[in-house]
Amino acid sequence: MADQTLPISGSVDVTPPHAAAGTFLERLHGWVVTVDHKKLGILYVVYSLIFLLVGGAEALAIRIQLMIPGNHFLTAATYNQFFTMHGTTMVFLVGMPILFGFANYLVPLMIGARDMAFPRLNAFSFWLTALGGLLLYFSFIGGPGLYGMGAAPDVGWFAYAPLTAHVFSPGNGTDYWALALIVSGFGTLGTAINIVATIISMRCKGMSLLRMPLFAWLMLVVSALTLVTITPLTAAQFMLLIDRYLGGHFFDTQAGGSALVWIHFFWIFGHPEVYVLVLPAFAIANEIIPVFSRKAIFGYPAMVAASVGIAFVSLGVWAHHMFTVGMTSVSNAFFVLSTMLVGIPTGIKIFNWLATMWGGKIRFATPMLYCTAFVFQFLIAGLTGIILSVAPWDWQLHNSYFVIAHFHYVLVGAIVFNIFAAIYYWYPKVTGRMMSERLGKWNFWLFLIGFHVTFDTMHFLGFLGMPRSIYTYEPNRGWNGLNMVVSIGAFIQGVAALIFVYNLVWSYFHGEVAGNDPWDAWTLEWATPSPPPDYNFATDPEVKSRRPLWDLKHPDDPDWKYE
Amino acid sequence: MIRDWTHKTGCSRSLFILLLFLSAAGRAFADVAQNTPSIFAPSSTPSNEIFHLSLFVLGIVGGIFVVVGGLLAYAVIRFRARNQEDDTEPAQIYGSNQIELAWTVVPVLIVVVLFLTTARMIFAIQDAPKPQSALDVTVVGHQFWWEFRYPKLGIVTANELHVPLSSTSDPKPTFLHLLSADVDHSFWVPQLAGKTDLIPNHPNDMWIDPLHPGVYVGQCAQFCGIEHAKMLLRVYVDTPEQFAAWVKEQQQLGMQDPHVAAGRHVFETEACMNCHTISGTDGRGTFGPDLTHLMSRDTIAAGAAPNTPQNLRVWVKNPDDLKQGSLMPAMQLSDQQLDDLVAYLSTLH
Repeated sequence: MADQTLPISGSVDVTPPHAAAGTFLERLHGWVVTVDHKKLGILYVVYSLIFLLVGGAEALAIRIQLMIPGNHFLTAATYNQFFTMHGTTMVFLVGMPILFGFANYLVPLMIGARDMAFPRLNAFSFWLTALGGLLLYFSFIGGPGLYGMGAAPDVGWFAYAPLTAHVFSPGNGTDYWALALIVSGFGTLGTAINIVATIISMRCKGMSLLRMPLFAWLMLVVSALTLVTITPLTAAQFMLLIDRYLGGHFFDTQAGGSALVWIHFFWIFGHPEVYVLVLPAFAIANEIIPVFSRKAIFGYPAMVAASVGIAFVSLGVWAHHMFTVGMTSVSNAFFVLSTMLVGIPTGIKIFNWLATMWGGKIRFATPMLYCTAFVFQFLIAGLTGIILSVAPWDWQLHNSYFVIAHFHYVLVGAIVFNIFAAIYYWYPKVTGRMMSERLGKWNFWLFLIGFHVTFDTMHFLGFLGMPRSIYTYEPNRGWNGLNMVVSIGAFIQGVAALIFVYNLVWSYFHGEVAGNDPWDAWTLEWATPSPPPDYNFATDPEVKSRRPLWDLKHPDDPDWKYE
Repeated sequence: MIRDWTHKTGCSRSLFILLLFLSAAGRAFADVAQNTPSIFAPSSTPSNEIFHLSLFVLGIVGGIFVVVGGLLAYAVIRFRARNQEDDTEPAQIYGSNQIELAWTVVPVLIVVVLFLTTARMIFAIQDAPKPQSALDVTVVGHQFWWEFRYPKLGIVTANELHVPLSSTSDPKPTFLHLLSADVDHSFWVPQLAGKTDLIPNHPNDMWIDPLHPGVYVGQCAQFCGIEHAKMLLRVYVDTPEQFAAWVKEQQQLGMQDPHVAAGRHVFETEACMNCHTISGTDGRGTFGPDLTHLMSRDTIAAGAAPNTPQNLRVWVKNPDDLKQGSLMPAMQLSDQQLDDLVAYLSTLH
C-alpha cells in the first residue's frame, strides 16, 4: 500500500539531489532566510524541543530539591527562579511554538495549498518568538540590573501583582519576563493571523470547510482563540512595565491600584490559553486515532461543533482560578456553572474518539499508543477539572499539589503525549524515514510509567495539604515519602525523554525509508513525497470528500457517496 | 426516597465505603505524623461540609471514570488488529445524531446536579450569618509572617493563632478579617476551612468553628516571595479555660525584669525597635511581629524553628541561617550583646 502511486501528483523538481544540497553555509543561510512553511515548521518544532529539554532540566532540579524535607540542593531564590522559568518556558517557549510548528508544517499540506497565506509574516513571527525565548533566558546573566548577580524572573509564571512591583521585585528579572512575553506574544499573534488567513482563503478546489481535516479545523479555532487571548496578556504586561518604569499605579496597591485587576487580566488570558494548548492536542488525536483504528472519525460535525463550543465557553470561565480571592457567592456560583459546562463538549470529544475506535481494527504503533494514553489521561484530567470546578472543594485544593497534578495531567498527560504521537506519526513525512518502533515502545512505556508515578502521586500530596511553589517543607507533615516517589517518577520521565531524543537523531540517519504514505492514511499530506518538495503540490489537488486518499484507494466505495 | 444529597446519595453503599476508607486514611495520616494537614481529616464546620461535598463529587467522577475508562479498556482489547496480514478495512461508520444527542444529554444532567449541590454549599459557607458569640480576629499577611489582632480583646500576636473551641450546643466561631500589608498571601489551615486570600486593598472574610481542641497546622498558600515556603501557620484550638488564661496572659504589659536590663538596652538602642513592639518599652515598630509575649509562642520565624534560646540566638545573629531571604537584617551584634538580648527576650512571657 505504501508505495502505491496516486493520481495526485508530487514534485516536478528535477534538480539533482547533490546540487540541491549546497555547502554547509549555504544550507544554514537557507534556514535563516527561509519563508517556506515546512522549514519554518521544523524550526518551530526544533526550537520548542530544545526548550522542552531546558524546562525539563529545571523540573528535575526542582524535584531533586523536594526529594527530602529541608534539602539544600537549591537556595530559596534559585528554586523560585526555576519554577518560574519552568512554567514560563513550558507554556510560552514549548507549548505554543511546537503546536504552531505542527500547524505551520501541516495545515498547508492538508488543505492542498502551496504555502501559508503570508510567508514573510510567517518567518517574521518565528524569529520574533525565537527572540522572545532568548530574551527570557538572557535574564539568567543579564537580569541583575544594579543588584549583584544574575537574576532570572522569580515571581511565578502567573506573576501576581503587587509582588512584581519594583519595591518587591528589584532588579530586572521581572522586566525580562514581561518583555520576552510581549515579544513572543507578537510572534504568536502573527502566526495566528496567518493560520486563520491560510485556512479561510487557501483551501484547494473542492475542500469546503466541512471537508477540511479536523486538524485544520482545530487549528482555525485555536488561532482565532489565540487572537482573543494573547491580547489581554500583552496589555497587562504593558501596564506592568508602565508601573515599573513610568510611575503608573495600575497594580500599585499602596497608591490605590488593584492587585485583583492583574489576576483578572492574567486569567482572562490564562484560561483560554489552556485551550490554545490543548485543542492542537485534540487536533493530533483527530488525525491519528481514525487512521490507526482504520475508521473515519465518528461524528465529524459534532467534533467541529464541540471544538467551537469549547473555544467560546473557555472565554467565560477564567475566574475559576479565583474562587479564593473573595468574589461574591453569586460570582462564584456563575463561574462554577460556566466551568462545568466546558465538560459537556469535552465529553462529546472523548465519546467520539471512543466511538471511532469502536468496531475498528486498531493498530498499536507508537503514535496510537500515545494517543490511547492521551484519551485515558485526558479523561482523568477532565474529571479532576470537574473536581476543581466545585468551588468549595477548590477552596481546599486551590494552589495545592492537586492543582499541579491536574494541570500537568493536561499539559503532559494530554499535550506532551500527543506531541510525541505527532512526532512519531509525521516524522516519516518530514524526514523521509521512519522512527524506530523498538525505541518508540521503550520511550512510550517508560514515559507512561514515569508520568503516572509522578503525577498520580501529586494528587495525594494535595489532599494532604501541600501547597505549590514551596522550595522546602516541614519533615513532620507526612509528605516525605510521596515527594520521594514523585521525584523518582520525574527521573523515569527524564530517561524516556533522552530515549526520544536519541530516537529522533538515530532515525534521521538509520531509520527505515518511509515512502509517501507509510501509515496508509487519508489526508492530502500523504499524497506528497516524503519530504514534500518546495511548494508541495505541482498541480492543485482537488478533493471530493473529507478523506481524499480513501476515495483514491477505494474507488468502489468512496466517502463522497455518503457525505 | 428523598435524602440529603450532600451527605448520602443514591449510590450510597459504595460511597459509604469510600467515605469510611477516606476518613480512616485521612485520620491515620493525621495521627501517625501528628501534623498532616489533610483535607480528609476535617475538624470544623466549613472543612467538614467540604469533606462531605467532596465525597459526593468523588462518587460522581469516580462513576464516570469507571464507565468511560471501562469502555476505553474494552475498545483497546476487543478491537485491536489481531491479524497483521489482514488488509481489509472495517465497516466505515460516520456518526449518528441519536448517539451524539444521548451522550450530550447525560452530561448535561450530571452538570445540573453537580452545579446545584455546589451552589448550595457556596452560599451555606460563604454567606453564613455571624452569631453574636463570634470572636473577631484581624489577620494581616506580611512577607513572611502572620499578624493576628483581636480588636475587642486588645491583643496583638503573631504566627500562632489562638481560638476558642466551638461546639454545636455552644457555637463559638471565629471570624477572620483578612488584610495584607504588602503582597498577596493566602490563609490555609486545611483541617479547619478552605483557603482565602489576603490581598492588599481587598479585605476578605472567612470563618472557622473548630470542634476538637489541639494544634492545627497550615501555611501561606499564595506565592508571596522568596520565603513563601516558611510562612507557616499554627492554630491553637483552646478549651474555654485555656483560652481565658491565654487572653489574660496576652493582655498584660511586657515583663520588666531588672536582671536583664542590659538586653533590654540592646533592644532599645539597636535597630530592633524600629520594626518590633514590646509594650512597656520604647519599641513601637509594626514592620515585624509584636514581641511582648514572645515566650508564649512555641515557634519563631513564622514556624521555621522551635522557640528555644539557642534558636533565638541563631536567628538574631543571622536570620538567613534559619530562613533565607527573611526581611529581618543581621544586626552585627557582638557575642555579649547577643547573650544579653536573648536573655532579655527569654523573659517575655
